[in-house]
Amino acid sequence: MIINFTLNGRPRKMDVEPATLVSELLRETLNLTGTHVGCDTSQCGACTVLFNGDAVKSCTLLAPSLDGAALTTIEGLSATSGSNRLHPMQEAFHENHGLQCGFCTPGMVMTAVALATRNPVPTEAEIRHGLEGNLCRCTGYQNIVASIMAGAVAMNAPAIGE
Amino acid sequence: MKSFAFHSPETVPDAFALLNDVSESKLLAGGMTLLPTIKQRLAEPAALIDLAKIPQLSEIAVDEDALVIGAMVRHVDVVTSALVRSKVPMLVHLASGIGDPAVRNRGTIGGSVANNDPSADYPAAVLALDAIIVTDRREIPASTFFTGLFETSLEPSEIITSIRFPIPSTAGYAKFKSPASRYAVVGVCVAKAGGSVRVAVTGSGPCVFRVPEMETALETSFEPAAIASIKIGAAGLNSDIHADAEYRAHLITVMAKKAVAAAIQGL
Ligand SMILES: Cc1cc2nc3c(=O)[nH]c(=O)nc-3n(C[C@H](O)[C@H](O)[C@H](O)COP(=O)(O)OP(=O)(O)OC[C@H]3O[C@@H](n4cnc5c(N)ncnc54)[C@H](O)[C@@H]3O)c2cc1C
Ligand code: FES
Ligand code: FES
Repeated sequence: MIINFTLNGRPRKMDVEPATLVSELLRETLNLTGTHVGCDTSQCGACTVLFNGDAVKSCTLLAPSLDGAALTTIEGLSATSGSNRLHPMQEAFHENHGLQCGFCTPGMVMTAVALATRNPVPTEAEIRHGLEGNLCRCTGYQNIVASIMAGAVAMNAPAIGE
Repeated sequence: MKSFAFHSPETVPDAFALLNDVSESKLLAGGMTLLPTIKQRLAEPAALIDLAKIPQLSEIAVDEDALVIGAMVRHVDVVTSALVRSKVPMLVHLASGIGDPAVRNRGTIGGSVANNDPSADYPAAVLALDAIIVTDRREIPASTFFTGLFETSLEPSEIITSIRFPIPSTAGYAKFKSPASRYAVVGVCVAKAGGSVRVAVTGSGPCVFRVPEMETALETSFEPAAIASIKIGAAGLNSDIHADAEYRAHLITVMAKKAVAAAIQGL
């Protein structure tokens, strides 16, 4: 079936087999392998993408549901600052050592961006509640929480003269 | 996944026509239960009838003395609805504890109620508030809707369109959650409407059930202390890796007291 959607800010028209997961479409057809698949059972959050701005698990979303929607993946974040520079949330993960192996990181960052967009000044408790669907086997979460605190501030700071 | 056809009707009658005409077809809400089920090959539908493009199913409204929540209203929509917060704040608290943000961004009240998972949160609220499940053809009272483990009184091609919650004087929900999924190990919803009180328990038996002994005690005195000494029998309760039946029985009283305290605070 034909679907029309916006992928990382650009309109796309694709012919998809209905029984295709968005995680499969991204990784296998579109070669956007920044979206990771950890559990494939909607538990770990590694596959999190933004679907109309909402953080959702792409391993539990069907490609046909994309029709008419806007999808943002980890690859699309840096584009929002108009260059190859990292998104402020990615920068904050880098600065605050918010990753070790990095497997969970794309999902963490996408969840964090959705959270900080809706709640520009999140408390630590709000961040921890917001991360309940994202598992990390390495960091112990402490630096992820610190990254998101800093990233939220950076995302919502007025851009300084370029 | 095995291949299937995908249909996106724009009206409820069109959805019904597809569901009725296409053999082995299934309704798709947020897919939070259905897609994992298909991935595990526990279901192999020939077609999915997506309800996402029927705008009417995503409405939240007040109609006389009831809060009416459309079947496709997502958990996040309940959490952020000023109307729900002002009429039945307990539902905001309940919805905000379901799963995680990504689950709340896709999962729906209609899908949750239709699925009737023994550990789901909404069935407790539906039963305690004496809600009505409105479908494409009739209105089903909560008391006859939940019939057993993943079983409801829905007919094969019946579509839930909304849930009508009579607005209570006050209500509270408390759950002891599984730390991994956040599903209820034991969840108790207590609702007071005028002089009558209903107590509904989820997570504990094959399906949600009421506790008449607690209801009578709370009708006399709406305080946690009124039910503190009521012991629930473990017979018939679930035993699994999360909790055995005796522990669940104990937790029912503990969670019921917390739910009453939450109701008194108007949460
Ligand atoms: C990781 C995870 C954690 C979760 N944690 C919790 C939790 O803590 N508490 C909790 O209560 N739930 C929890 N859930 C379940 C979640 O709340 C979903 O609401 C629930 O799975 C139903 O999903 P859905 O709305 O996407 O419906 P779907 O999966 O799309 O549909 C479920 C079933 O209902 C049928 N159906 C859907 N809509 C209708 C309708 N309008 N009329 C008739 N039939 C219909 C479908 O055909 C299907 O059989 C969790 C789920 C996941 C994946
Ligand atoms: S891969 Fe999707 S939640 Fe784990
Ligand atoms: S950094 Fe390794 S899983 Fe999170």
